[in-house]
Amino acid sequence: MRSVIPVLTVVAVIVAIWFAGSIGMNRAWTVDQAERRGLELSAADIIADTLRQERPVLPTPAQVMAELWATTAGEPVFRERRGQMQGNPRSLFFHAWQTLAPTMLGFVMGTLAGILLAVGIVHNRAMDLGVMPWAIASQTIPILAVAPIVIVVLNAVGLEGLVPKSLISAYLSFFPVVVGMVKGLRSPNAMDLDLLRTYSASNAQTLWKLRLPASVPYLFTSLKVGIAAALVGTIVAELPTGARFGLGARLLTGSYYGQTIQIWSALFMAAICAACLVALLSAAERATTRRMGLGR
Amino acid sequence: MAADDEVNVALQAPVIEAKNLDLTFDANDGPIQALSNVNLTINKGEFVSFIGPSGCGKTTFLRVVAALEQPTSGSVTVNGMTPDEARRNRAYGYVFQAAGLYPWRTIEKNIKLPLEIMGFDRAEQNRRVKNVLQLVDLEGFGNKFPWQLSGGMQQRASIARALAFDADLLLMDEPFGALDEIVRDHLNEQLLALWARTEKTIGFVTHSIPEAVYLSTKIVVMSPRPGRITDIIESDLPRDRPLDIRDSPEFLAIAHRVRDGLRAGHAYDDA
Repeated sequence: MRSVIPVLTVVAVIVAIWFAGSIGMNRAWTVDQAERRGLELSAADIIADTLRQERPVLPTPAQVMAELWATTAGEPVFRERRGQMQGNPRSLFFHAWQTLAPTMLGFVMGTLAGILLAVGIVHNRAMDLGVMPWAIASQTIPILAVAPIVIVVLNAVGLEGLVPKSLISAYLSFFPVVVGMVKGLRSPNAMDLDLLRTYSASNAQTLWKLRLPASVPYLFTSLKVGIAAALVGTIVAELPTGARFGLGARLLTGSYYGQTIQIWSALFMAAICAACLVALLSAAERATTRRMGLGR
Repeated sequence: MAADDEVNVALQAPVIEAKNLDLTFDANDGPIQALSNVNLTINKGEFVSFIGPSGCGKTTFLRVVAALEQPTSGSVTVNGMTPDEARRNRAYGYVFQAAGLYPWRTIEKNIKLPLEIMGFDRAEQNRRVKNVLQLVDLEGFGNKFPWQLSGGMQQRASIARALAFDADLLLMDEPFGALDEIVRDHLNEQLLALWARTEKTIGFVTHSIPEAVYLSTKIVVMSPRPGRITDIIESDLPRDRPLDIRDSPEFLAIAHRVRDGLRAGHAYDDA
């Protein structure tokens, strides 16, 4: 409970700086409008106006929260259209789900691919030398350049929607898993390995009984990095491809029409999603380490 | 009883037999001769200690017997087989310097590790775990995790793990080296009791002269550069040994001979 006051203090300072920023950045437009109408505004009037513009340069926290509330609690997630229940594009929950579903699918694919690659790298010298450079190279390519290519190519073979987006998030999330798992699978010391040799254990037995359990702490660290990368991957995949739904699409339409409040609320929703995903992983980590007797 | 023992020894092939054993490691700064012309026979039921300073090859010898290292030349047999074959036949249990229990497994699950790998069925696993926990005096600790046990208890659990699949030979590489003197005395007593009950053959690496003399029927004194045997001492102490035997003149005489052997090895080194 003692940490409440410092945390609230930091939040209050951030909100205050934000409000000050809103006033400063939106002021020019207010003054400009007043001049065109030949009005003289007092300082209080200027400040009041900067806080309630429709398309502010920097929306205030209050405006963003109001928009978040209106597009989540204020809108049904589904609506009826032509006799069918469909997702409601005014609901931010609907857009968030459109992004979360491919994020989670891509994250699972990326994690599995990462673990398989790491197992291969640890057991096979050729893979150790051959795969790692490509894995590193893959992450140096800007995802913004790759995403449209992937979407177009997959479209040509008839794949749309969920799968192309999740492939791009898998592409971003496999890398931290490979790096972490290679380290984790190699973490058992010489004595732990010698012990299994005295039992004439096979490579598969060594993997299941020693290497994999030993790598669990490394895996969870990688997963937390990976899930954030997966979410960014999905949003980026939505940007250049003209997606109609999803947080990325929401950001894009917001910027087309100058809807800064919409952009900021989508950004907040993305941050909330990421925080929830990481919290879920942390809960899974705690449960696992307790089961493995490592939690004290 | 003594006569029976002699007959048994005569009838059986030695458990370990090393002939002209050489082992050279290729280190960065040239080859290191870890073992040079080692000849040794260990018979069934013996308790053999290997003592000597660091680098004398005592651990390396144990690892060669366990097929964890390959000799450069010479031969070594375990129960008449090559070390590799002997390992596949579950000829030995190995106890390392550290307990090396897997922290994510309970004590019981740690002891089951070799049994799972060797394919014992569930009921047999449980029976054996119960049995060896009793042997090392750890009943009731099966469901604890390693970090919940003291260092001495962890090492006992690791001995239980080595005993679980019932190998006749127990190889122990400085198992009590990291423990304090009092715990060590206690474990030495328990180990002798365990040896008497199970009639296993034990190869035991140690740095401590009193420990070697107290435990062994045979003491192998080794010295470094190159690693070699300088003396083999047959102990005539009775098999039943209370802790205060360490103050008896017979005990001190053997300890003296071990110390002389070690010193001779060192004089060679300093010259």
